[in-house]
Amino acid sequence: MSEEEDDIILADLSDDELVLQMHDDLYDGMKEEIEESVHILLGRGWMPYDVLTKALVEGMRIVGIDFRDGILFVPEVLLAANAMKGGMFILKPLLAETGAPRLGNMVIGTVKGDIHDIGKNLVTMMMEGAGFEVKDLGINNPVENYLDELEEGDYDILGMSALLTTTMPYMKVVIDTMVEKGMRDDYVVLVGGAPLNEEFGKAIGADAYCRDAAVAVETAKEYMAKKHNQMSA
Amino acid sequence: MALPVDDKTLTEKGIDAPDVTLGRVLLLACGALAHEILALKRLNKWDHMDLQCLPAKYHLYPDKIPNAVEEAVLKHQNDYETIFVVYADCGTGGLLQAKCAELGVEMVEGPHCYSFFEGNEVFAKTSEDEITAFYLTDFLVKQFDAFIMKPMGLDRHPELRDMYFGNYTKVVYQAQINDPALDVKAQTCADKLGLPLERRFTGYGDLESTLKSVS
Repeated sequence: MSEEEDDIILADLSDDELVLQMHDDLYDGMKEEIEESVHILLGRGWMPYDVLTKALVEGMRIVGIDFRDGILFVPEVLLAANAMKGGMFILKPLLAETGAPRLGNMVIGTVKGDIHDIGKNLVTMMMEGAGFEVKDLGINNPVENYLDELEEGDYDILGMSALLTTTMPYMKVVIDTMVEKGMRDDYVVLVGGAPLNEEFGKAIGADAYCRDAAVAVETAKEYMAKKHNQMSA
Repeated sequence: MALPVDDKTLTEKGIDAPDVTLGRVLLLACGALAHEILALKRLNKWDHMDLQCLPAKYHLYPDKIPNAVEEAVLKHQNDYETIFVVYADCGTGGLLQAKCAELGVEMVEGPHCYSFFEGNEVFAKTSEDEITAFYLTDFLVKQFDAFIMKPMGLDRHPELRDMYFGNYTKVVYQAQINDPALDVKAQTCADKLGLPLERRFTGYGDLESTLKSVS
C-alpha cells in the first residue's frame, strides 16, 4: 500500500468513496479497516442489509472474479474472507433485528473422513451474505448428520464439500441414501471441492457442481427462483 | 548413484530421461520420489531402469499430472520396452489411472505416496482413524517451505495458519531413511504448524515391492 493510501481517513470519505474504499480494503484483506468502515456507514444511518450487499458482498464478488481468473490465490482470498467475517460479525445481529430478505435455507458440511473446511466456510459466508440461512454441520459428517438435519428443519438446499479424492465418493453415499428414503427430490443438492468437476457432480446424482463460492451462490439463487416460479405456477 | 540434481530442481523442473537410453525400462516418476527410487536402484542393482522425474510441484496442481505423464510417455515409448509410472492417484481423482490405461502403461497402486510408503493395506486400515494427521515424507520435510509455507502464504501471513490447519491434530513424519538432521527439521515443520510431531519409520514401503515387480 502506498504512503498516500496510508493517510486515508475513512470517516472523511463520502459514502460512495467509502464503499469503493471498502472494496479495496476487502481485496487487501484489511479486517480492522473493514470493521471501522462498517461502523461508519451504520453511524450514517445505512441499513445493515445495504452495508452487507453494497460494500461487503460486492467487494467479495470482485475478489471472487480475480480468484477465478488466476489474479488472486487462496491466501489472498482467505485474508479477504477474514476481513469480510469481521464486518459480518458486526452486521449479523443487526440483520436479524432489522429484517433482511431471506432467499432460502441450506444445510452444508464436509463429508465423512474429510476435515477440510476452507471452501465450505467461504461458501457459508457468501451464502449468508446473499440472504440464505445456513446451518453449518462442520467437518467429517456421516450420512446421518445430513439426513437428520434435513428432516429436522425446513431446508431447500443441501451442500456437500470434500477436498480429498478419497473422500469425495462419500457424497454419492449421501445422495443414494436420500433416494432410498424418498427424500432426494425435496432438496437441491450442490457439491463442491478442489478435486471435483461437473462430470463427477452429474455421475453421483447432484443437481450441480459449484467450482467456487460465487458459483454456489448464483446456482442456489437460480434453483430458488425456479422453485418459486414452480410454486406460483 | 548420486542424484544429479538438487531438491529445488526436482521440485520445479524434475529431471529428464537420459539422452542415451541405458535401460529397457523407464520409470516415469514424481520428482518427490527421485531420491528413494535411485536408492532402490542402487540397492537392488536395477541397471535396466532409467529414471525421468516430472516436477514435484505438480503435487500442488494434480490436474497437470495426467497430461504431463501422457506427454512423457508418448515422447519415450519407442525408446523403452516398458514405461512404468511411479505415481499413485495423487489427487487426480482417477484421471491418472484412466490416462495410464489409455496409454497402456502401469502405475503404482494406492491413493498417494503417504499410503504406499506406509504400505497400502496398513494405510487403508489406519487412515480412517487418522484423518486429522498431516503427513510429511523425507522430501516434503526437506522442501517444506516450497510445498507448504510459500504456496499457502504462511511465510507472508502466519495468521492464516489456523484457517488451514485448525482441524489437524498432529504431523506424522513418515521417514524413509534414518537421518537425525531430518528428524530435527521435521520437528521444526511441526512447530511451524503448531502441531505435535509423530515420527514413523516406513522405509520405502510398497515402493520397493512395486518396482521389483516391474520387469
